[in-house]
Amino acid sequence: MTAFRNRGLPPRLADLEEEIKGYAKGYGLDFYEVIFEMLTYDEVNMVAAYGGYPNRYPHWRFGMDYEQLSKGYEYGLSKIYEMVINNDPTYAYLLESNPEVDQKLVMAHVYGHGDFFKNNFAFQHTNRKMMDEMANHATRVRRLIDRHGVEKIEDFIDRCLSLENLIDYHAPYIKRAPAASTEPATDQQVQGLHNEREYMGGFINPPEYLDELQRKAIEEQERTRRFPERPQRDVLLFLLDHAPLEPWEQDILSIIREEAYYFAPQGMTKIMNEGWASYWHSTIMTNKALRDSEIIDYADHHAGTMSMRPGSLNPYKIGIELFRDIEERWNMGRFGKEWENVDSLAERQSWDKQLGLGREKIFEVRKHYNDVTFIDEFLTPEFCIQQKLFVYDYNDKRQTWEIATRQFEAVKEKLLHQLTNFGQPIIEVMDANFENRSELLLVHKHDGIDLKIDDAKHSLYCLQTLWRRPVNLYTRVEGKSLILRFDGQEHSEHKAEL
Amino acid sequence: MTRRTDTLSLKIKQDHARFKAIVRGKIKQNLRKFIQKGEMLGKQGKDLITIPLPTINIPHFRYGAKQQGGVGQGEGEIGQSLGPGEEQPGDGDGKAGQGEGQHIMEVDVSLDELAEILGEELHLPKIEPKGTDRIITEKTRYTGINTIGPESLRHFKRTYKQALRRQIASGTYDPVRPVIVPFREDRRYRSWKVTPLPEAAALIIYIMDVSGSMGDEQKEIVRVESFWIDTWLRHHYKGLKARYIIHDAVAHEVDRETFFHTRESGGTMISSAYKLAAEMIEKDHPSSSWNTYVFHFSDGDNWSADDTRLCIDIVKEKILPNVNLFAYGQVESPYGSGQFIRDLREHCEGDDRVALSEIADKEAIYGSIRDFLGKGR
Repeated sequence: MTAFRNRGLPPRLADLEEEIKGYAKGYGLDFYEVIFEMLTYDEVNMVAAYGGYPNRYPHWRFGMDYEQLSKGYEYGLSKIYEMVINNDPTYAYLLESNPEVDQKLVMAHVYGHGDFFKNNFAFQHTNRKMMDEMANHATRVRRLIDRHGVEKIEDFIDRCLSLENLIDYHAPYIKRAPAASTEPATDQQVQGLHNEREYMGGFINPPEYLDELQRKAIEEQERTRRFPERPQRDVLLFLLDHAPLEPWEQDILSIIREEAYYFAPQGMTKIMNEGWASYWHSTIMTNKALRDSEIIDYADHHAGTMSMRPGSLNPYKIGIELFRDIEERWNMGRFGKEWENVDSLAERQSWDKQLGLGREKIFEVRKHYNDVTFIDEFLTPEFCIQQKLFVYDYNDKRQTWEIATRQFEAVKEKLLHQLTNFGQPIIEVMDANFENRSELLLVHKHDGIDLKIDDAKHSLYCLQTLWRRPVNLYTRVEGKSLILRFDGQEHSEHKAEL
Repeated sequence: MTRRTDTLSLKIKQDHARFKAIVRGKIKQNLRKFIQKGEMLGKQGKDLITIPLPTINIPHFRYGAKQQGGVGQGEGEIGQSLGPGEEQPGDGDGKAGQGEGQHIMEVDVSLDELAEILGEELHLPKIEPKGTDRIITEKTRYTGINTIGPESLRHFKRTYKQALRRQIASGTYDPVRPVIVPFREDRRYRSWKVTPLPEAAALIIYIMDVSGSMGDEQKEIVRVESFWIDTWLRHHYKGLKARYIIHDAVAHEVDRETFFHTRESGGTMISSAYKLAAEMIEKDHPSSSWNTYVFHFSDGDNWSADDTRLCIDIVKEKILPNVNLFAYGQVESPYGSGQFIRDLREHCEGDDRVALSEIADKEAIYGSIRDFLGKGR
């Protein structure tokens, strides 16, 4: 299914497309077929509001996004100049009113994304026919709306969306132990009564008696066994499997979960993905595609993309600079043990073994890393200084955000923390029969940062409507352990240790 | 438009209409508490600002901001402030991976455009300045050509053309040797016209109650609101003048900086401020040539009923006859909302020059601006 099938690019742009594609392939970029669609700004806003998929299920938040995008455009605040969808074929949208140089830049950028989607490991499990899948979801939800009414369905979607981040971001890449073991509860033989005379065995411990004991032991174990046996990070899956949901509720929850998993890799590789695409648009444009007359416009546009507002981090900028840094380091041989052992500053600055391994290395990096490992491995103190990175903190006394430090270790730690688990708190299902009252217990693995409590309360409310029984969240607030509870009527909290 | 585009636009219109209905409170009341008006006051330096748009963020389990901090990029000493407020600089939580590879470029808006957007959003009527013909400035513009004038204004091209025309007509023009010599009569000069340009002078007097009961949050509300009022009025009047009065039991005129940052304590005698304002108007800004606006913000807890009576007298006799608008905004403080607005309402009900508004919290600023400026005065 194509979005706008019978709209090919005009001949001039089709020529450009061929040209840029040629350069991209020449550099060794590897992507699925890329289909460019030319849209007017209003169409771009519509498609963008749906996250790039012309066929999504109806929901007000797409309308909200549309309003923001179109108002932003009308008032000249912002405009979307590029959109690309992880799919095979890869869809990309061009804005009709863009000047030619921008179209070229966008094409080059898109081929960068296309290559990343196809090759980076994080995307390997994603559905490459998501365009169709999204349309299927839309049909399913529409059918449910016809049957149950829009209010009911939309309310349920809203509640699921409040929980959509409770998935296991790493599940696609590792194998976790199953939640409930299928083995028998116990294989330990019961001993029976103490017996010194073997010949009396049949009388002191008759087989019926032993069987009875065994049955009791198993029962006892079953009773005390936790369910799930191991904490479950994929809360949505747990709800799908074990919450008393209506079939239509299951249907919607599974749609929300599937889409959350599909979008997750994009959140986990934001810096790399944007950095990679920007690296390639700049390489292709400046080395090949740019005409003399376009230089100013290109530079202006490129600078706009790379600009940083004070205090915020631009993933494009960090990404592209880090890729360039890696390329340079591997070109000059500034890696490995030998390099690390060089202490003298003068020697470090003039170090160049002319290895020329840079290009090869960055292709390897784009395949095997995500943002966390990317930063962890390639962020260097030199890079931190060059890019003027800093950590900011909230100063309670002055009620402002302040630059706290520029130390390399601190910057790296903070950056990694922001990226770990997608910047989301880690929350797991600990017990589905909490206090033996089939209440749900979630545990927030506290890592130094408290949850936003009012938001958490709302999410608990949403969770309760799915689980039907009271729900509990174990967390820490200002250093104190407590359980937030919602029983279907009201919220409460009390001190607790697990 | 293809058929697909039609269905797409139909779908988005439905979703959009649904969102609008939620924002207006028509459906899904349970979501109303998550509507955010967005921080209306962006960066004020250099005329740049971001636009308010209502959004609804569905709450998730997520980190609270304060302990979190983050990593930024740029110049700055350690300890340097990145800007006040609760909001995280940059994008704190970042929307979950929706809208992949979707890039938004930010463009800046000028205050003037901002005022227009504000007007459009709130359906504010345009202000009709009064006394337009009273102050007249003269503006000179070059509008035509004259045969006499100072040499410095000689119009070279027109002079040349005139000479060329004369030479051709009199047969002295030689195409082989095209030398044109202008005579005195050929010379043409730029001429000008003086147009009277009526200009309306405008003055805003901001009055704020800084008595003990006005906390930081109340002041923040006043600050945001007066920023927007300022923006709107400046859009209509060139050279708008603003004067600031703070009062507790006594009133002082202060500068802008002090106005927003002082915290005093003590009782409240509103009449002191009104007296000062009336004096100001009388002495420096006669109503014959000024469009005067008085905005007073207080929590409405006046000292005594006597003082309130005095206030109303001053308003009625000295202030109202001399101003376009007298606006009183009552900010709700931790100690509740006072009586003053009711007294004013009782005595000034129906007067077109009076605008009263109660501002419960930050969210209410929007509506309150409309109360104040919706009269088009």
